Amino acid sequence: MSDAAWVATSAAAVPARTVTSRHSALVRVTHWITTICFLALLLTGIEILISHPRFYWGETGNIHTTPLFRIPIPASRSSVPTGYGYVLQDQNGWSRYLHFQAAWLAVLTGLLYVLSCLFSGHLRKDLLPARADLSGRAFSSAIANHLRFKPPGTEEAWSYNLLQRVTYLVVIFVLFPLIIWTGLAMSPAIASVFPTAVSVLGGQQSARTIHFFVTVLLVLFLLVHIMMICLAGFRNRMRAMITGRAGTHKEGA
Amino acid sequence: MKPLSRRKLITTGIATAAGASGLAVAGGLAKRYGLIPPDGGGPFGPGETLTYAAQRILTSHSMAREFSPSQISNPPFANEVGPLGGEFKHLQEGGFADWRLTVDGLVARPASFSIADLKSHPSRSQITHLACEEGWSYIAQWTGVPLSCVLDVVGILPQARYVVYFSMQKDWWDSVDMADALHPQTLVAYGMNGGELPVGHGGPLRLRVPRQLGYKNVKYVTRLTVTDNLKRFGEGLGSASPEGGYAWYAGI
Repeated sequence: MSDAAWVATSAAAVPARTVTSRHSALVRVTHWITTICFLALLLTGIEILISHPRFYWGETGNIHTTPLFRIPIPASRSSVPTGYGYVLQDQNGWSRYLHFQAAWLAVLTGLLYVLSCLFSGHLRKDLLPARADLSGRAFSSAIANHLRFKPPGTEEAWSYNLLQRVTYLVVIFVLFPLIIWTGLAMSPAIASVFPTAVSVLGGQQSARTIHFFVTVLLVLFLLVHIMMICLAGFRNRMRAMITGRAGTHKEGA
Repeated sequence: MKPLSRRKLITTGIATAAGASGLAVAGGLAKRYGLIPPDGGGPFGPGETLTYAAQRILTSHSMAREFSPSQISNPPFANEVGPLGGEFKHLQEGGFADWRLTVDGLVARPASFSIADLKSHPSRSQITHLACEEGWSYIAQWTGVPLSCVLDVVGILPQARYVVYFSMQKDWWDSVDMADALHPQTLVAYGMNGGELPVGHGGPLRLRVPRQLGYKNVKYVTRLTVTDNLKRFGEGLGSASPEGGYAWYAGI
């Protein structure tokens, strides 16, 4: 389970010596904890959203305010005009408890991952694109290969391709921090300590709206992520993320 | 996969032991400094304790944001309240002249205040944000006597740790720790947007805790009890909220 034998760039082809691990134990454990937390956060987030499926911009928003947009679903509160003749059950109590507990676990797991990323070289070796790949041509050929559903080459059994690297970097260093920030900005206690963190977003309702849109982007990422795993070989990729073993001979199957 | 080497086994063992004792020490410290919420048991206890402890440490000197008069929401919004009963109607017909706020528990001089008594104390007005856990919010100006001022009049005893507050609505009661009870922005509010506090917003008397969500701001407050132990109230979870599935601490 050593990282040392990992191949440095996606451009390189075959590992120098036989490698048994595609993903380090830390990557695998943090991946699955994050998966569980994300699903819990998504489910409870939807439950909380159902109590007020309207979104606003600025500091305040309620049913007397013109919404930025509303989601055409029934609500779990009778006070919200939805056009539906019925009210869903209130699930906010446990949803809020679980949302924050899963958020804590996700944030702590994320911190562990990012710290180990920096110190183990995972960031440099596997996430930051190689200098040679930072060209328009490399990007367009990677995109073209994806659009043609070209099966990944054997070199991808050992590391991530260019588009994967860029996507993961955006998810880890843009979307996750943004969803944590906008989540905390909705807290009245946090707003009292860091008022600027709320005002630069445009207000607490703006924070809620951005929180929603970042969730949409993360769900899109999840769907594409699962689709790519299926295209690249579901069994191999799942085995790699569970046991660490890559299994190159059937790559692309 | 390689078999576990002895070194790896030892490092993992040491790390696990260090982690476990670290958690135990953190738990002990949290308990000692009152950083465990009354609903800190059960499956969501770890998350609640982390939130409460982290926010308590962060907010030790923080003030809720105050806004300009132009930012006041017009009209403000309030969730509907259930029927308030004959006693409330009777008091309402008398212009709430006979409304009483009793203060008891760990205090030197238990007392009972009318609305006029409360108005004779120094008042504070503040324009703050009220956000409901459901997601909606509004800004209004609240006027009232700081809870700390009421507590000064009755003289809280040194062992006081929480202030429990009860409503005319029998199933509504809640509590705050002393950090929130003594916070300058925590009001026993009787006025809103320059007028009396409307009944829909909890009039004649509502607790206003601007660093927590809407449901901590209990309406129709009739009694305050200062205590060192929340176990004695209801199911012992600190308020009616955890009994209905909601967190006691509502800073987020």
